[in-house]
Amino acid sequence: MANRKPLDEIEEMIKGYQKIILVGCNECVTVCAVGGEKEVGILASELKLSRKKDGKEIEIKEVVLERQCDHEYIEQLRPFVDEYEAILSMACGAGIQFVAEKYRGKPVLPVVNTTFLGVTEEQGIWVERCQGCGNCVLDRTGGICPIARCSKSLLNGPCGGSTDGKCEIDKEIDCGWQLIIDRLKELGQLDRYEEITPVKDWTTSRDGGPRKRVREDLKL
Amino acid sequence: MTSNSHLERILERREFAVTSECGPPRGADPEVIRKKGGLLKGYVDAVNVTDNQTSVVRMSSFASCILLKEMGFDPILQMVCRDRNRISLQSDILGAAALGINNILCLTGDHQKFGDHSTAKNVFDMDSIQLIQTVKWMRDDGKFLGGEELKGVPKLFIGAAANPFADPFEIRVPRLAKKVTAGVQFIQTQCIYNMDKFEQWMAMVRDRGLHERVHILAGVTPFKSVGMARYMKNMVPGMDVPDECIERLKGVDKENQAGEGIKICVESIQRLRTIEGVHGVHIMAIEWEEKVPEIVKQVGLHPRPSA
Repeated sequence: MANRKPLDEIEEMIKGYQKIILVGCNECVTVCAVGGEKEVGILASELKLSRKKDGKEIEIKEVVLERQCDHEYIEQLRPFVDEYEAILSMACGAGIQFVAEKYRGKPVLPVVNTTFLGVTEEQGIWVERCQGCGNCVLDRTGGICPIARCSKSLLNGPCGGSTDGKCEIDKEIDCGWQLIIDRLKELGQLDRYEEITPVKDWTTSRDGGPRKRVREDLKL
Repeated sequence: MTSNSHLERILERREFAVTSECGPPRGADPEVIRKKGGLLKGYVDAVNVTDNQTSVVRMSSFASCILLKEMGFDPILQMVCRDRNRISLQSDILGAAALGINNILCLTGDHQKFGDHSTAKNVFDMDSIQLIQTVKWMRDDGKFLGGEELKGVPKLFIGAAANPFADPFEIRVPRLAKKVTAGVQFIQTQCIYNMDKFEQWMAMVRDRGLHERVHILAGVTPFKSVGMARYMKNMVPGMDVPDECIERLKGVDKENQAGEGIKICVESIQRLRTIEGVHGVHIMAIEWEEKVPEIVKQVGLHPRPSA
């Protein structure tokens, strides 16, 4: 999931440029309605309109790539990239960086703040479900992640702040451990609650440094 | 005896223990701690020192414990998991034991959202139950979490908190059982106002025989006013303040509300003492330490036993 940055922040980033490429992405940012074809069109209009108000012009080439996390799609910018001063990417943080790696001579600027791995709870509402810790415990916690859904990522929760099924930090946030306990009960596994989960090995998470996955069988 | 703790000695002798707490100052002035200590001296068996409670930055619990130790107290070092990872926690455990701190209270810690640095990054490398395991592992197995041998083990009496009133109620006793399995030796509870619910919890604790495996110290906090009671009822997560308490405080003149608050507290302690499995009382007189002697005297728990 991602959120678009405020217009004035984007304008500040591009204030020195007259010719830019605005690149959307057809993957996750399209699903969460922040960086797909439609949003590319909207942002381009907003930027042009705003410049016009100040009596200035901006030329924006609107492009939407299938993905910004694969070489072959990013290559599609190559034929015209030299004609522009900067690239404004509407992809997630990974896509923005991959574009920047490929076009080293061009400033590549973020349009969105990448936030979390989540699901569409209902139309217009997305919620976090996974923190990519690299060592899934969902088999033991009734399919509800304590790392992502407890505000303190407690492996032996809940803390004393759980009230009426809600988290101490916000009455709008469900207590992750209440959800786990409810689910364990439904599954007839409440006895599992008393198993103590020992300290976690965080090396599979970000704490082990930037992560890399290699599949020798798929390499060319 | 697993430590040189005065509190452990008293509890092992089955004497009814009295502990209180001391919130460190928001500055570097040691006199604040010494003054609070002076008010409690002779009226308690051990003093908790809070660890940046409600995520508001204060003098460290560790340093404040040392100041109290110098005054002859047996301090209880509160340690939360919010701000330190396992490297730092283990390091502080060793340092505390080396400086003669005998008691540790293992806590998860309030979320930083409540404090004065809500934009901070939190740690929570482990939780309170894992911290209990860690201290026990270091003390009894003489090893670091990483597996290496310790040269000199920390002889600490291990405590934790329990909140009988948080939700979900049905796992409150199983959660205590987890802490007991992890190795906790004493428990200080959240402030108790709803006596019936606490008694119900204690009955469940006894059903599982947990009262024989851990010393439970019942937490109390005197109300200063009806405003404070309302605030605790509505604003403090996991707090259960029955309407009767509020009505009772409302029923007296403003200038007599503090006295009524002390009276409620004294009556609570008297009732708590009769509950099987309650081995002591933990009086949290928040920024009202001067009232602790009066409360201890009124419930007939003064003088305190010497070593």
